[in-house]
Amino acid sequence: MLAFILRRLALLIPTFIGITIAAFGFIRILPGDPVLLMAGERGLSPERHAELMHELGYDRPLYEQYFDFLTSAVSGDLGHSVVTKRPVFEEFFTLFPATLELSICAILFAVILGVPAGVVAATRRGSWLDQSVMGAALVGYSMPIFWWGLLLIILFSGILGWTPVSGRISLLYYFPPVTGSMLIDSLLSGQKGAFASALSHLILPTIVLGTIPLAVIARQTRSAMLEVLGEDYIRTARAKGMSTARVVGVHALRNALIPVVTTIGLQTGVLITGAILTETIFSWPGIGKWMVDSIFRRDYPSVQGGLLLIATMVMIVNLVVDVLYGLINPRIRRMG
Amino acid sequence: MTDAILEIQAPDTRPSGMRAMLAEFWFYFRENRGAVIGLYVFVLICFVAIFASLIAPHGPAIQYRDALLAPPVWQEGGDWRFLLGTDAVGRDILSRLIHGARYSLFVGCIVVSGAMVVGVVIGLIAGFFGGIIDTLIVRVMDIILSFPSLLLALVLVAVLGPSLTNAIIAIAIVQQPHYVRLTRAAVLSEKNEDYVTAARVAGVGPLRLMGVTILPNCLAPLIVQAALSFSTAILDAAALGFLGMGAQPPIPEWGTMLAEAREFILRAWWVVTFPGLAILIVVLAINLMGDGLRDALDPKLKRS
Repeated sequence: MLAFILRRLALLIPTFIGITIAAFGFIRILPGDPVLLMAGERGLSPERHAELMHELGYDRPLYEQYFDFLTSAVSGDLGHSVVTKRPVFEEFFTLFPATLELSICAILFAVILGVPAGVVAATRRGSWLDQSVMGAALVGYSMPIFWWGLLLIILFSGILGWTPVSGRISLLYYFPPVTGSMLIDSLLSGQKGAFASALSHLILPTIVLGTIPLAVIARQTRSAMLEVLGEDYIRTARAKGMSTARVVGVHALRNALIPVVTTIGLQTGVLITGAILTETIFSWPGIGKWMVDSIFRRDYPSVQGGLLLIATMVMIVNLVVDVLYGLINPRIRRMG
Repeated sequence: MTDAILEIQAPDTRPSGMRAMLAEFWFYFRENRGAVIGLYVFVLICFVAIFASLIAPHGPAIQYRDALLAPPVWQEGGDWRFLLGTDAVGRDILSRLIHGARYSLFVGCIVVSGAMVVGVVIGLIAGFFGGIIDTLIVRVMDIILSFPSLLLALVLVAVLGPSLTNAIIAIAIVQQPHYVRLTRAAVLSEKNEDYVTAARVAGVGPLRLMGVTILPNCLAPLIVQAALSFSTAILDAAALGFLGMGAQPPIPEWGTMLAEAREFILRAWWVVTFPGLAILIVVLAINLMGDGLRDALDPKLKRS
């Protein structure tokens, strides 16, 4: 097992270097002068242009710039945002908890609804229940979530007036962040109504971000369950006179969950893609919105740093999923 | 050793040839009711897109200043001229949706064919030659795949400049690694089959070996992937349009229409609802077809 983990870790190094090259390269290799791009519509005098090129280090040879970027990136220095002048690393990790909280809630929402839905669909294969669950899952899977978010806003905020439209918590409440999770912090603050406010802000974004994972998990659970339910040991268990609940809940589900766990792990990329859209719609102050804003503000150090951090995170999560899969399923380990 | 013996298969007695294959495919595809519905809807949308200028009651850019934000006909104050209402500058939503179908299908077609051709060629090279070329290609694809697709497309478009063409290029770049992986995996499993060795011994050159001998046997997963990435491409292009990084107004692209409609969300539900519904219907139809394709082409699932 250790050898398996070490081999996977060793594979990370070239991928990580590649990611740094990619994050570094986008702005420099693709056509366009970075300083002119940042300046946008405004004109720049040639002197100011040269000055900025020098200030930001774009006048040095590419390999030198890259080497600098790599060495400081490894030590956690990703440069400063051109707009706010704050360190990119710091900006990223101030906003990250908001995205993390939203993502965790979305995944919980998806698992809590998706796994039972998949199990029910599998055990009643071909019934109207199965067909409607799978139909709904396909709709969810095909959903343009940016539109889905707008629809929910129209319904719950516009017509029913139940939920707020944007942000993480009402402006009435303020407390210093402790854990970074608004739900926990609002409880810790002890202010009346703060938790309810945080929760009501979280509901719609959670549903929007959780919709595609929910559909994927329900489909995956159903097909994994169907496969497992056809196995001999399930027939044996049934033949021994076990109740359906026990056969399905204990014997089948435990084995069916292996591929489902992997699927859940592989939703990270989906979640970040979703977070970009969800956070934009709900003005959720997380890294998805920050990346979009940085792109629009042509804040290239932030874009570059954000790309690197996000890709590294996806890479690490995928590794953890791989290792976990190896732990649960010994057959994979030897194939490597 | 024992594996080799087990792999000898029963002689194939089914009729051969293209027509027989298509007939067999249709036989399995037809069994999936959802897939057939998806196909009909998709054909209908293609028809609408092709004859958009004949079907649409109005031009997509004509502004009726006397009917700003007119609601759909069935709602109070609706106008029979504008079945689905008008937007903030008085353009007919139905006509814009009909014309918008062209953009979505165009994006899907170009992205899928571009990503597939490039991906398949790279995948064939990686799988066929192996060694350092293979390692290099696999690494590069891993790197592309470690960036969330929409984020990568967003950054690419930001640098290239926001437009529909650049959005198509960016989405194709983001999708092509999936084709590389599939092709490479399929080539690796086919490469050592006897028929390939036989062809090689018979003196078939590497190009012909890759393209004519091996490739047709790797097609099934590629076709399924094509359906999948067709719908993803439409969704991603709409998302880019929604974020202001895809087609630029006044192009009636559905995502761009949604972006323009956002500020009227609480005043005029129809400007927001219909473009999104159009995206959902197209994507759903393609995904239904994709499921049917997978079932029909995946020999493991065939119940015969």
